[in-house]
Amino acid sequence: MSEPELVRMLTPSGERLACPAYDSRVAHLDADALRGLYRDIVLVRRFDTESTALQRQGELGLFTPALGQEAAQVGSARALAPQDYVFPSYREHGVAHVRGLDLVDLLRQFRGVDHGGWDTAAHNFHLFTLVIGSHTLHATGYAMGVQRDGLVGTGDPARDTAVVVYFGDGATSQGDVNEAMVFSAVNNAPLVLFCQNNQWAISVPASGQSRVPLVERGRGFGIPSVQVDGNDVLACYAVTAEALERAHSGGGPTYIEAVTYRMGAHTTSDDPTRYRSADEEESWRRRDPLDRLRAHLEGLGELPAPFVAAVEAEAEALGERVRREVRAMQPPPAQSMFEHVYATPHAVVAAERAWFEEYEASFAAPARPQEGEAR
Amino acid sequence: MTAPTGYPTQALTMAKAINLGLRNALDGDPTVLLMGQDIGRLGGVFRVTDGLQRDFGQIRVVDTPLAESGIVGTAIGLAMRGYRPVCEIQFDGFIFPAFDQITTQLAKMHYRTHGRISLPVVIRVPYGGGIGAVEHHSESPEVLFAHTAGLRVVTPATPADAYSMIQEAIASPDPVLFFEPKGRYWDRARVRLTPYGTVSAIGLDGAHVARPGADVTVVAHGPTVATALRAAEAAAADGISLEVVDLRTLSPLDTATVVASVRRTGRCVVVHEAPVLYGTGAEVAARVTEECFFHLQAPVLRVGGFHAPYPPSRIEHDYLPSLDRVLDAVDRVLAT
Repeated sequence: MSEPELVRMLTPSGERLACPAYDSRVAHLDADALRGLYRDIVLVRRFDTESTALQRQGELGLFTPALGQEAAQVGSARALAPQDYVFPSYREHGVAHVRGLDLVDLLRQFRGVDHGGWDTAAHNFHLFTLVIGSHTLHATGYAMGVQRDGLVGTGDPARDTAVVVYFGDGATSQGDVNEAMVFSAVNNAPLVLFCQNNQWAISVPASGQSRVPLVERGRGFGIPSVQVDGNDVLACYAVTAEALERAHSGGGPTYIEAVTYRMGAHTTSDDPTRYRSADEEESWRRRDPLDRLRAHLEGLGELPAPFVAAVEAEAEALGERVRREVRAMQPPPAQSMFEHVYATPHAVVAAERAWFEEYEASFAAPARPQEGEAR
Repeated sequence: MTAPTGYPTQALTMAKAINLGLRNALDGDPTVLLMGQDIGRLGGVFRVTDGLQRDFGQIRVVDTPLAESGIVGTAIGLAMRGYRPVCEIQFDGFIFPAFDQITTQLAKMHYRTHGRISLPVVIRVPYGGGIGAVEHHSESPEVLFAHTAGLRVVTPATPADAYSMIQEAIASPDPVLFFEPKGRYWDRARVRLTPYGTVSAIGLDGAHVARPGADVTVVAHGPTVATALRAAEAAAADGISLEVVDLRTLSPLDTATVVASVRRTGRCVVVHEAPVLYGTGAEVAARVTEECFFHLQAPVLRVGGFHAPYPPSRIEHDYLPSLDRVLDAVDRVLAT
């Protein structure tokens, strides 16, 4: 890792570093705004803890913890404009929270009652995509559509629109991600390629994906690229704000490598002890993004105990609601599997649905013969 | 099939008929975009998009980078944003880099969003053999897509169908795989020049009796419809009457038209260029057996490609379902 170029504004112990290239990007973030970021991270982390516990209790089939990546997600997402559109991978719970989704909705997929779970248009936040990297091309095409809509470089901050796509270190090896960089570069598309390098693609380290720092991936395609400390919420905000300004104004795509760490398992089915050491995990725990922001706020004298207690109570309530609402999620009716396969009628689907409903109905109790009816 | 009257007709090749259909769509709907390799300045390697970039510009007729997954993947994003992309895959054998985007993403978006997002994307694929081409340029992968729920898979056999079906495919809110029988691109026939937005009586969902007959039903699609019609001519000379059904669509499959025909003839031969193993013929045979069992006078036979890679072009005519192989199958079902 070429540490010298890493953009960092907060040290692991929470001290603010001067960062001339980016200081202006965060100058407007006052103590209230910083406390807002703290609240975001605490809530998302509680959601993570509760969801992992629910999986252990058998209430969820699977869960993908975001533990450790909250600063990268919250910092970048807080820089977005409402009209910007987000394509997440499947671990962007922090981004979802910032975009205003009800986090409970993220769990419909993991509960096994839905393949999606939310209205993508309501928060300009697309569904999770599980085929690694596929969505980077959707984001690129969407950004090409934004260009055709004339919503780039208008100078109106309420209209200029960018697209942000989140993916991981493993995804950078996928052909689709490389094609997304080709297409976004040659089209000058208003796209931010936000790579969270959490060091592990399940069991394969980032060194198994690339012999150069992942930030070089973007440069190879002629895309302005920046490497940022992904556990530094301020720096993540700053570099994303810069990338968004470039996209909004017609300057084209930006590639961001946020260097972070997946402190938990890849999913609840994973066992990280088989491929990484306790020492490594401990070294990253000392760079925990929440601890860092907390230390920074405490250093400023801007983290009063009543505020911390109020956020804690809010997190407690969120956890309780997640537990209650997940347990109440019921599977959809079986025949719903035939709905929305196509937008217009399809004879095969219609015939199979009719057969299925007749078959199901055949198990219903036979009607009692009416009086006088032949037996 | 009834075509709306009141519009002029013109003799067109299938390639030109598709070109005019694309032109109508570009004219009729500002959200329609064409995307593909070499489709702009060159007009496509088969010239199907000839002149369209000149007339509609580079924003609407896009020469893309050379990456099939990228073409389909970005088309998905454009469709999410309200556009109607029409992608060209240059040759059948080059669709596989896009197979993931088509089957895991394009096919499923409407379903997983509960209908909130529809993807009106058309993927045009010149397919089939018989043109003396090199490896990967003569294949028939259509059933790989018909096997995937969420996709419509259609294939015209005539210039008239090519003209109307490409426009109906573009107007469809569903993703459509549009397989163009490249060996028939230069077949010429009269086409009624209906405007974009015309809804034909048969639509995209129906099969069509291309030639009525009494003794054997021959089911074909795309490039083999012409082979079946030539077989019917030859058989007629021997006093055998073949009914030729042009499937036109593989998803949905219009079972009713096939079943109605086989109930009259009692015999069925299915012809396609794709390998017979797990192919369209297997599906048609299964459905005919389920629905016409007591009308059948003979087992349903299949004539198609072998379970071998598409061979070098100097021997491709021994791989493809020829007139003689169709007639051989007709003889066998009549001998039973």
